[in-house]
Amino acid sequence: MTAFFQSLGLSYEWAWTVATLTGIIVISLLVMFSVAMVIYVDRKVLGAIMMRRGPNVVGPFGLLQSFADGLKVFLQETIIPSAANKGIFLLAPIITFTVALAAWAVIPFSAGVVLADINVGLLYILAISSMGVYGVVMSGWASNSKYPFFSAMRASAQMISYEVSIGFVLVCVVLFAGTFNMSGIVNAQQGFGFGVINAYVVHPLLFPMWVVFFISALAETARAPFDLTEAESELVAGYQTEYSSMSFALFWLGEYANILLMCSLNTLLFWGGWLPPLDIPVLYMVPGIIWFLLKTFMFFFMFSWIWATVPRYRYDQLMRLGWKVFLPMSLVFVAVTSGYLMATGHFDRSIAPTAPATSTEIVKTTPAQPGAVRGQS
Amino acid sequence: MIQAIAFYFFATIVVASAVMVVMARNPVHSVLWLIMAFFNAAGLMVLVGAEFIAMLLVIVYVGAVAVLFLFVVMMLDIDFAAMRAGFSRNAPLGLLIAAVLLAELLLAVGAYNAGGLSLGTPDGSAVQAADTSNIEALGALLYGRYIVLFEIAGIILLVAMIGAIVLTFQPPKPGARARQDVGKQIRRRPEDATVMKNPEIGQGVEL
Repeated sequence: MTAFFQSLGLSYEWAWTVATLTGIIVISLLVMFSVAMVIYVDRKVLGAIMMRRGPNVVGPFGLLQSFADGLKVFLQETIIPSAANKGIFLLAPIITFTVALAAWAVIPFSAGVVLADINVGLLYILAISSMGVYGVVMSGWASNSKYPFFSAMRASAQMISYEVSIGFVLVCVVLFAGTFNMSGIVNAQQGFGFGVINAYVVHPLLFPMWVVFFISALAETARAPFDLTEAESELVAGYQTEYSSMSFALFWLGEYANILLMCSLNTLLFWGGWLPPLDIPVLYMVPGIIWFLLKTFMFFFMFSWIWATVPRYRYDQLMRLGWKVFLPMSLVFVAVTSGYLMATGHFDRSIAPTAPATSTEIVKTTPAQPGAVRGQS
Repeated sequence: MIQAIAFYFFATIVVASAVMVVMARNPVHSVLWLIMAFFNAAGLMVLVGAEFIAMLLVIVYVGAVAVLFLFVVMMLDIDFAAMRAGFSRNAPLGLLIAAVLLAELLLAVGAYNAGGLSLGTPDGSAVQAADTSNIEALGALLYGRYIVLFEIAGIILLVAMIGAIVLTFQPPKPGARARQDVGKQIRRRPEDATVMKNPEIGQGVEL
């Protein structure tokens, strides 16, 4: 896109700036639109599982329900409790919403379709998603009310606990891929399983890690069965209790944008991103973004399914799962994975950079770079 | 030019929020300003090409350390009047510490300008070659040249962690309730805990 703006007569710097701003706006609008549609899907799936119809009044099949809700919320009055700390109270939903959108900057939607193709992409996502807890903590404190404060304390403990195991899971993936770049991780999955399956999840060392990641993603986004931060039977509505109108909607949208982000991370890190499921030429005729959206939607469906099926965890069970089950398990897997990769000569290329790059044996022993194999032959 | 704008933008915010950390009356606001300073310092790191350090700064300080700060400060019940009453008593000590810090800062900047330190130059010539990424360069140094120091730092952190756990660990008091056995809880079935009664209409249930 930078080249296009350069052809309009802008210098490189300004062309880049304009192109990036355009990209930000396009991605934010598309993510917001998907969030609106995904809220509708969530309610429809929940309805179907509970044997009711779900939203079906506004628009064909109720498709416009989310937009109607958005308009309703937009026209409501913003109420700020008199005891609230006004500045922080208003800042909290803005932070939640901004952080949820900012992480999308490094998500590759298809080959080369990414706003910022930086080589610390995965770390950037970790950094941004660890900021998400501030929206919750600040809203809980600034509301100056019991239930939001309880909820904020629960949320901060929960998010920190599960970020630890998510970090170790990501280390396993990075060990296999050999890069932190999101596009690089997806490219490394091409033909990974038995030479035909484009997914990391088929590997016996990575499948348990995917399960850990999926459950941690549920906990990280405070989805059922880990929605203790807004457990309506105990905490009214958790940290959102005192919020109304748009400030409430920003929490709502940010939450769903985070859920979509976690679904797309599942897709990118373990299920081959925009690559088709099998490494067969005919499947590549379908555009990559279709595969990406299909896989992401599959994970979103699983999120809704779990929401409708599983009862809520007790808080001590949640902490036990995070610290006593996932953390030791992912630590062991990091050690086992790196040992396995050392034993099978996965790192030979990076350890011996002086080795001749044309040597076919070395290229073949690096599943991290299947593109290189293809390029050689 | 955009780089210059970005630099002055981040730098101004870092300095301003650092001032606000000290000036803010409410300790929670102080912590939030501190987080603002951390975050914009990470922006400065990105500008000099140290994106790995920038991400670590956000993950470690903003994502973990500052959350714990905020957590503790939010729970504090601070009496502001009593805190300000102690100002005149503590002022000389505070001024002394400030003077020492200022002297150290001047010394460090002076030594850097005189060429006594070889940290890197402000003109950006210390940025590594374009073909190695930040992470690779750091990894080669940490796990190659400085492996012993790196391992020693790791051992020290491990010892500190175990020390903290030992210090806060309290053995269960004798006579305290037994610990919960998760396996036992999961094995428990509804049939073990409940009974089904089918009373006649108008009749009570005897348990």
